[in-house]
Amino acid sequence: MAKLSGLQRDVLSLYRKCLREIRNKPEDSRINFKRYARAEFQKHLSVNKKDFSTIEYLLRKGHRQLELYATPGIRNIR
Amino acid sequence: MASLRTTSRLFAASRPMFRPAFARTYATVEPTPSEQPKMKTFKVYRWNPDQPSEKPQMQSYDLDLNKTGPMMLDALIRIKNELDPTLTFRRSCREGICGSCAMNIDGVNTLACLCRIPTDTKTDSRIYPLPHTYVVKDLVPDMTHFYKQYKSIKPYLQRDTPTEDGLEFRQSPEDRKKLDGLYECILCACCSTSCPSYWWNSEEYLGPAVLLQSFRWLADSRDEKTAERKAALDNSMSVYRCHTILNCTRTCPKGLNPGRAIAEIKKMLAV
Repeated sequence: MAKLSGLQRDVLSLYRKCLREIRNKPEDSRINFKRYARAEFQKHLSVNKKDFSTIEYLLRKGHRQLELYATPGIRNIR
Repeated sequence: MASLRTTSRLFAASRPMFRPAFARTYATVEPTPSEQPKMKTFKVYRWNPDQPSEKPQMQSYDLDLNKTGPMMLDALIRIKNELDPTLTFRRSCREGICGSCAMNIDGVNTLACLCRIPTDTKTDSRIYPLPHTYVVKDLVPDMTHFYKQYKSIKPYLQRDTPTEDGLEFRQSPEDRKKLDGLYECILCACCSTSCPSYWWNSEEYLGPAVLLQSFRWLADSRDEKTAERKAALDNSMSVYRCHTILNCTRTCPKGLNPGRAIAEIKKMLAV
């Protein structure tokens, strides 16, 4: 695999964090969380990889969303 | 009847009889028919998070100043009402007490509701969100980090001993006087976002607004955790990134002096 840029690693690390957080959720809703997380990433597949400001914005947004959905009160997602 | 008389007197005193009072919203004023239209261009920073790959841009709006209220906020509200409902900005009290409408107007951080529209119609007014903040949309900055820092200084009275009579914690008029010039801060973040030191070190440096609040609790005679508060500040980043640039004092829309408060904190830490 080619060497990843810092930004690419940041995106991957956000995705890994999402997957880790999903393990704290109830077992029967994990699949929904995973589908949601994947869909959120796939929404922006078309972003140019040199469009740094956009990617940085999306990363910040992603971290905010993760923080919100990681709260234990949220048990399921559609 | 008495109340009716009072209103009619007020009505006559405040505006000429031929102008109906009911047609006015607070962003617009009745035009005086004889005057020439005074068109002024407002250039406003626009960025939409729903199209993140589109670059931010400046959008121009032309307003007739005769029909607009005197303040920048009036102009923004009029743009939103009449020209472009998609323009987004925060506003609430329209009198400089809530701190919501902090933005960068013609290069100076200030509250839009306290900033008069320059009457010179030849030059454009340029309106940006607060500098060096992440933008949520258009003129709305992300204040999460600022509020987190504010929370970190524990901005509330900390006390273990109750008063002798079980009533309020009282203080002498002299002790109360020490809080003047500190308690008026509305946390609009104009000062913090104008500070170059805060631009470069916002992760660790608390910034003038939060330090002013920090000093407000250090100076409070009723607070008993002064030692803990001082210990929390006593490191190289929290306070000592202040290099007395004093942009904070120059920009504060409430006329406070965060620079002095930081100097007082430094004095307290040095003793």
